[in-house]
Amino acid sequence: MLTVNNTKAWLERFADKIKTNKAYLSELDSVIGDGDHGNNMARGVKAMKEKLAEGDYVEPEEVLKDASMALLSKIGGASGPLYGSAFLGMSKQADQDSADIHAIVKAGLDGITKRGKAEVGEKTMVDVWSPIVEHLEKGTVTIEAVQDSVEATKDLKASKGRASYLGERSLGELDPGAVSSGYLFEAMIEGEIIDE
Amino acid sequence: MSEIGIILSSHVFKLAEGVYQLLQETAPDLSITYAGGTDDGEIGSSFDKITTAIKDNEADHCFAFYDLGSAKMTMEMAIEMTDKTVEIMDVAFIEGAYTAASLLSGGTNYDRVVEQLKPLTVK
Repeated sequence: MLTVNNTKAWLERFADKIKTNKAYLSELDSVIGDGDHGNNMARGVKAMKEKLAEGDYVEPEEVLKDASMALLSKIGGASGPLYGSAFLGMSKQADQDSADIHAIVKAGLDGITKRGKAEVGEKTMVDVWSPIVEHLEKGTVTIEAVQDSVEATKDLKASKGRASYLGERSLGELDPGAVSSGYLFEAMIEGEIIDE
Repeated sequence: MSEIGIILSSHVFKLAEGVYQLLQETAPDLSITYAGGTDDGEIGSSFDKITTAIKDNEADHCFAFYDLGSAKMTMEMAIEMTDKTVEIMDVAFIEGAYTAASLLSGGTNYDRVVEQLKPLTVK
């Protein structure tokens, strides 16, 4: 179940992973996008971390709401409204029931698809969020499962976002948004938020 | 003055500013506000800038025009958090905004403006 402390720890861990892999994310994005995903995400998570450090929280949904606003305001690229919508969706669901991680992540996925209109198989962050939601439902989520779904975006052809202009040439490349989403879920697993 | 305002959202500040100048020339009596680039002036979209453009527009009912997808998504989120009626028009950014500004300034009614924008749908 989500608590203020484990939610903060989860998001700080996510922020650190983004920071560590900033250059790698931009490098991936320079192949199939506009090369700014690492910088954009790093700017967003830095603002998020600062915001969370200031907050005096009682409920985990407040942490998620502040994270949403920081990412939305500071990322600057398409990932801003997408991560912003994901965290806003998770915040609203956590307000209903902070114990059901599956429902919370599912609400995050719904926020992303509502905003970006992407479906499974279009080589976007949805291709990580969607299988993770399924794994959470079945209780089979692991670091390997996260990494497998990230890796599987290599075999997909982009049909949403800027990468879609590349068509066939997007094959064989990882989707940067899928990779950054992977870090979010790795951080979640490492933070032992998911109850057995 | 038209009761409908215009909001412009571009990835590039100068592009937003340029389209604003273009529209102002044809519709000096319209409330037109714009947001361009990120908070740091880089290329991208800023939720805060777009929110300010919505707030600063004198009209409570606006047409919004954007250049690329993330400017639209950011605009959608800003719209969800305002009491104003802001309609995103999925039309060619410059031609669409220019057409709407000219027609609104000339006193054309809402339905007719929407009708005239339809052939400019590109997204």
